[in-house]
Amino acid sequence: MAEKVLMKGNEALAEAALRAGCRAFFGYPITPQTELAAYMAKRMPKEGGVYLQAESEISAINMVYGAAGAGARCMTSTSSPGMSLKSEGISYIAGADLPAVIVNVMRGGPGLGGIQPSQSDYWQATRATGHGDFHPIVFAPSTVQEMASSINDAFELADTYRTPVIVLIDGMLGQMMEPVELPEKKEKKAKKPWAVTGHGGKREQNIINSLNLDTPALERMNIERFERYKKIKAKEQRVETYLTEDADLIIVAFGACARVSRTAIDKAREAGIKVGLIRPITLVPFPVDAIEKVVDQTKAFLTVEMNMGQMVEDVRLAVAGRAPVEFFGHTGGIIPTPNEIFEQVEILDKQKGGEA
Amino acid sequence: MAQTKEKVLFERPKSLSDKPFTYCPGCTHGVAHRLIAETLDELDIADRAIGVAPVGCSVLAYEFFNTDMLQAAHGRAPAVATAVKRVHPDAIVFTYQGDGDLASIGTAETVHAATRGENIVVVFINNAIYGMTGGQMAPTSLPGQITQTSPTGRNVETDGYPIRMVEMLSTLDGVALAQRVALDTPAHIREAKRAIKKAFQNQIDGKGYSIIEVMSTCPTNWGLSGTDAIGWLQDNMLPYYPLGVYKDVAAKGDAKEGATDE
Repeated sequence: MAEKVLMKGNEALAEAALRAGCRAFFGYPITPQTELAAYMAKRMPKEGGVYLQAESEISAINMVYGAAGAGARCMTSTSSPGMSLKSEGISYIAGADLPAVIVNVMRGGPGLGGIQPSQSDYWQATRATGHGDFHPIVFAPSTVQEMASSINDAFELADTYRTPVIVLIDGMLGQMMEPVELPEKKEKKAKKPWAVTGHGGKREQNIINSLNLDTPALERMNIERFERYKKIKAKEQRVETYLTEDADLIIVAFGACARVSRTAIDKAREAGIKVGLIRPITLVPFPVDAIEKVVDQTKAFLTVEMNMGQMVEDVRLAVAGRAPVEFFGHTGGIIPTPNEIFEQVEILDKQKGGEA
Repeated sequence: MAQTKEKVLFERPKSLSDKPFTYCPGCTHGVAHRLIAETLDELDIADRAIGVAPVGCSVLAYEFFNTDMLQAAHGRAPAVATAVKRVHPDAIVFTYQGDGDLASIGTAETVHAATRGENIVVVFINNAIYGMTGGQMAPTSLPGQITQTSPTGRNVETDGYPIRMVEMLSTLDGVALAQRVALDTPAHIREAKRAIKKAFQNQIDGKGYSIIEVMSTCPTNWGLSGTDAIGWLQDNMLPYYPLGVYKDVAAKGDAKEGATDE
């Protein structure tokens, strides 16, 4: 039986990463991810790994590029403005097909924004993580427990598909404390025959590279990468559903918003409104299958987000005009309350009744 | 008929691939590559060497060195090399960077890898111009130097002054060796080879960060023949960028100025 301890989300994620075999961490101080790097600074040397505070986010992500290229299970963590700086390096990591995990504990934006929780980097994580044709896998845990348990999956998928994986967390989850059952230590190491280690006179040189000046060859590489994305879409959608079986209203929410929505759903159920929750655990691949499963029975969808309406576009793409998709959200560090969401559900329920 | 006894006087170093260089005629990149490859061979470290190629004319350096190689984002080679060395402390890690890469877009990475005393070798090719993009003003372009983006000559009032990198880096405690060499004469090329070899020996001995700045030519973008480019380097660059050892922790004392033609 694994131990159960009370931990901050950021620290639980860091400890779980170490147990998942992460042996190189490169960071730069920024709120609200600071505890994660601080935990790594304390623990990583004891695990015989590399902890290094870089001179910038740009340098940190390029260190991740180097460590990943050298075959290490490695990661970095940051908060929103730092993520913008990392986007160059993430593009190179994707272009060189390297496995790496990047944690973004989101705060309000744009610009320096604020330091309170936010989900305003959804588009950045899922659409524009850097230049070029690529997208990473994106995890969006919603509890401290899930922060701890999804990090191993993040590393595994990074290795399996040789792709950057982003763990997207709103500042609330990073900072809050919850009881968590930490995963067991993993000893298994993925084989990385492509890594640069020194050829030892035993093989041809390995090259870690995203440059390809031969245009047809570059296109072939991009097509191959998107074949992998197809497999990821087919096999790796992760989702939690709550009371969706008989629901005719569906809330779609991730991270902290999903927790608040759940409370609102319980309240609505007491009021006799048949509402359920679809909570994407992976934002890329987006859980389109879960939406497809309920789309015919659903009169309306409501997305709840801590931004001006970003994921709502993915829900609309999945629903494809077969039902109205509404949005409710707050920004600037304000977390929607269960009552506010309940009110939105009541409005939708009345509209639905009017149409019937 | 008497058998002729053949003696090999010169051959391609084993650490260089047989792919033809992509460099322009008269460019000194080829000489710099050879000196590094000979060093890897002579110190018998090619099998554990890992190089980091920059963005710029030498972006394809991974084609020419047949050691394990990474290609880094523009200016980020020292960060990439830092991580590779930390993950594989027994590997011999080197970067090969031009002036735009090392002294402009990658200045922060350069300074911080140096001050951390990363046990790596940095070979810095300074030809005072952006070559790959077609001859723009570099951080090391000389006052008055005409380039595509300084068409009336580098004006220090508006463009500022060139950076003397090894002098600047020699002030950092983390630096083991900071030396400027040139590829304009056979004597200087031999000196450059000694410097590069010393830098790699430093890494083997765990002495820390070594940077060798190599004064180089760019005949194409300077608009000169190969020979005239060598002359331009001697007449214009060497007075502004004096050759010499600026810091050497292995030596008895640190030479602050002046060439050390041993």
